[in-house]
Amino acid sequence: MTLLALSGVTAAYGASPALFGVDLTVGAGEVVGLMGRNGMGKSTTVKTICRMLPAQGTLTFAGHDLSRLPSHRAARLGIGLVPEGRRCFRDLTVAENLTAAARRGPWDMAAVAALFPRLGERRGQRAGSLSGGEQQMLAIGRALMTNPRLLILDEATEGLAPIVRQEIWRAITRLKQDGGLAILLIDKSLRELSQVCDRACMLERGRTVWQGPMDSLTPEITARYVGV
Amino acid sequence: MSRERAFNLAALALLVAVPAWAQLTGETFTITLATRAVIFALAATGLNIALGLGGLVSLGHAVFFGIGGYAMGILAFHAQSYTPLTDWPVTIPGTKLMPVIWLVAILVSALAALLIGLLALRTTGVYFIMITLAFGQMFYYFAISWPAYGGEDGMAIYVRNGFPGLNTLIPIQFYGLCLAWLLVVLWFNARLARSRFGLALNAARQAPQRVETVGLDPVRLKLVALVISGAVTGLAGALFADLNRFVSPTMFSWQLSGEIMVFVIIGGVGRLFGPVAGACLFVALEHLLGGITAYWHVWLGVLLLFIVLFGRGGLVGIFAGRGAVHD
Repeated sequence: MTLLALSGVTAAYGASPALFGVDLTVGAGEVVGLMGRNGMGKSTTVKTICRMLPAQGTLTFAGHDLSRLPSHRAARLGIGLVPEGRRCFRDLTVAENLTAAARRGPWDMAAVAALFPRLGERRGQRAGSLSGGEQQMLAIGRALMTNPRLLILDEATEGLAPIVRQEIWRAITRLKQDGGLAILLIDKSLRELSQVCDRACMLERGRTVWQGPMDSLTPEITARYVGV
Repeated sequence: MSRERAFNLAALALLVAVPAWAQLTGETFTITLATRAVIFALAATGLNIALGLGGLVSLGHAVFFGIGGYAMGILAFHAQSYTPLTDWPVTIPGTKLMPVIWLVAILVSALAALLIGLLALRTTGVYFIMITLAFGQMFYYFAISWPAYGGEDGMAIYVRNGFPGLNTLIPIQFYGLCLAWLLVVLWFNARLARSRFGLALNAARQAPQRVETVGLDPVRLKLVALVISGAVTGLAGALFADLNRFVSPTMFSWQLSGEIMVFVIIGGVGRLFGPVAGACLFVALEHLLGGITAYWHVWLGVLLLFIVLFGRGGLVGIFAGRGAVHD
């Protein structure tokens, strides 16, 4: 079943067009990698899905038309975002960050602490005083506390130490193994993406140029559109 | 025990001890001063919900203070003149009962806050400040041009309203009522700040767009905060009118809005006992320096300047450390 569907999506930052025709589908329980070089429109696509940027074209989520919804209504439909740059609520503690976002469902404080034991240990610590890796875990935990049907991770491992990156990838793999949660991943680590993703979508200059199963992604395609 | 908790307990002890000492020594004027401080603290605690938790810089909180005052004034005026508020569609009489007056003051202030918030929260920053200021001026001039209730001269209430089982004309008993309300609202405020709503509101103050991505509507959160804040400030206005047995358009003035904000800033924005500390210091300075010079506000200005430049956590922050306080 298709959960998220984008067709012919265009968007602009003021007078500057950024997306010229993005097509993307994510099925229930599917893990999709959104790939492309820097500046090709990956994060802009995420902003249009989360309704942080107005867009034209067809955007549906679980049968609902996203194009007229404000950001918080889109999130309530079940879209959980881990934004680029973590962006935790710095003045709140770990527990308060999670509580503020909590909605009814299987993901609660205990489930998040089981996924990231470090967050459980630092429940009372202010988010602003956490390390970068811990803040990233908190950002993922906060998105999970909304009990989403689709989790979007925008550069979730960027700028982190290798050991922390491994921990984040382990958590993403576990989320996939648990099933039920669709994941849209943006990341530069092709190796990890290829291990965890079912499908990939390539963006080039604000357009979808390739979509398909991960195992059909050839070195030629990645060399052409990702540059590796 | 944290230093802030120690500060709060010390402030609480003073709020009990000073009037008790004044009662024992027959210093009834001190009790009246303490009552004034407690009522101002209540109004500022109301603003602290909007400003400290929600980041709403309202320069129109005197609107709610004035509405509370006029709710008391109008109900008591009709009761003392034996005329109904209205005869149609049903006869609504006035009242001299404080609980009824408080309820009306709270409800009408909350409604006003809701309507003002629906318009004002379409804007942010300096525009929000200007809209709240504009509403304050609108209500001020409306009160001036309302001759039925005293117009510019205001309206005197001959006898303080009553509370079952108490003689509210005895200063210490009226003080007890005001202190009880302050404690209830402080307790509520503490619970609110730790609730999911309070945390979400705090998060919305820090980053509205990020809050939206977790499914929360920052405008709605702030609107609810403004309604609660307005209701509390309205209650303070009703008590203030009962303290003075007088209401006038100055209860709506922008100067009063500014003073309520000064209480919060001097005491500590977002600190539970910040408004209490700020209001008590203000009333103390007004009394002590006001007896020496009519220009005592100069010294208040110097203090405000010092706190804004060097102690942004306010009095509570200076004593207890900056902590999680915000600007």
